[in-house]
Amino acid sequence: MAKKKKKMPGLNTSSTADISFMLLIFFLVTTSMDTDMGLSRRLPNPPDPDQEDAQVDIKSRNIMYVRLNSAGQLWIKDETFNDYVDISILRQRAKDFIKNEQNFSKWPEKHVKVIDHMGRCFVTDKHVISVQTARDTPYFAYFQVQNELVAAYSELRDEISKEKFGRLYESLDEDLKAAVRQYYPQNISEAEPKKYGVAQ
Amino acid sequence: MAGFKRKEGREMVEMNTSSLPDLIFTILFFFMMVTTMREVTLKVKFVVPQGTELTKLEKKSAVSFIYVGPPTDQLRAQMGSGTRIQLNDRYAEPREVMDFVAAERKRMVNEGDQVISIKADQHTHMGYITDIKEVLRKSWALKINYSASRRN
Repeated sequence: MAKKKKKMPGLNTSSTADISFMLLIFFLVTTSMDTDMGLSRRLPNPPDPDQEDAQVDIKSRNIMYVRLNSAGQLWIKDETFNDYVDISILRQRAKDFIKNEQNFSKWPEKHVKVIDHMGRCFVTDKHVISVQTARDTPYFAYFQVQNELVAAYSELRDEISKEKFGRLYESLDEDLKAAVRQYYPQNISEAEPKKYGVAQ
Repeated sequence: MAGFKRKEGREMVEMNTSSLPDLIFTILFFFMMVTTMREVTLKVKFVVPQGTELTKLEKKSAVSFIYVGPPTDQLRAQMGSGTRIQLNDRYAEPREVMDFVAAERKRMVNEGDQVISIKADQHTHMGYITDIKEVLRKSWALKINYSASRRN
């Protein structure tokens, strides 16, 4: 038998697909998709130069002051409370204050308001949370305060959404969301930073 | 039983691999799309604060970034270690934010969607942030976003 010349078998490349899939999965698992996240806020409109400083008179029961000193310490003041506190209690305090469930005379006044989809409601929409910082307050302290306040509002909005519509705020339609926003408007005011300890 | 004849040098049926390049290209495109290219070289160092109530920045094209923090290690020798504000590729003063906002607004399709993302180091003093916010208010760039990472 004459020896036939053996054919060189072609390189089997069928596994390349598997390899590339493995690479794909590897990258899928390891890359943190660098989505930019953050706390969204809306600044108030710029002051109108034609207008005099419109000092809106707000009843003192409607205001809760949240102040941060240069050491990042948090101080809360409203009609019932006036002390340095830890950041961890801010959320609950803000919620209690905004909600004023018992219609307590030292917390924001409640009044009747007719809101679309909700009917007559007893709301505290005149409340104001005033956040004040010093120039050398560390940014993260301020950020935590903002975060807790936004959390307080979103918890309250979730509560009322569940009560009225049986769903969480995020899953509501746009007009229902607007109704909830009327029930609990975000009234966070940020005044010019002040110098503390000079004169109060 | 003549049917069983041993073939010599049995050949494997080769798989059709003509689609492999397409596959690789798919992967390539996938990564090209998901990776965010940073257009500016960072001249400041920052570690953003951590929060829980975060939202994603949806429309990338409508976002402008303002970086706040101390200069990077390479630049520290020249620039010192005080807090700096970076707009585009250079250091800037708070008042220059107004021009920056106007320039950014020009390149946007829908001006109303403009969002300013403040990427500030967590140890920055609030004074810088407040200054920037005041200028942003004056230039009617009211939608802002404090960049942060998720706290677990």
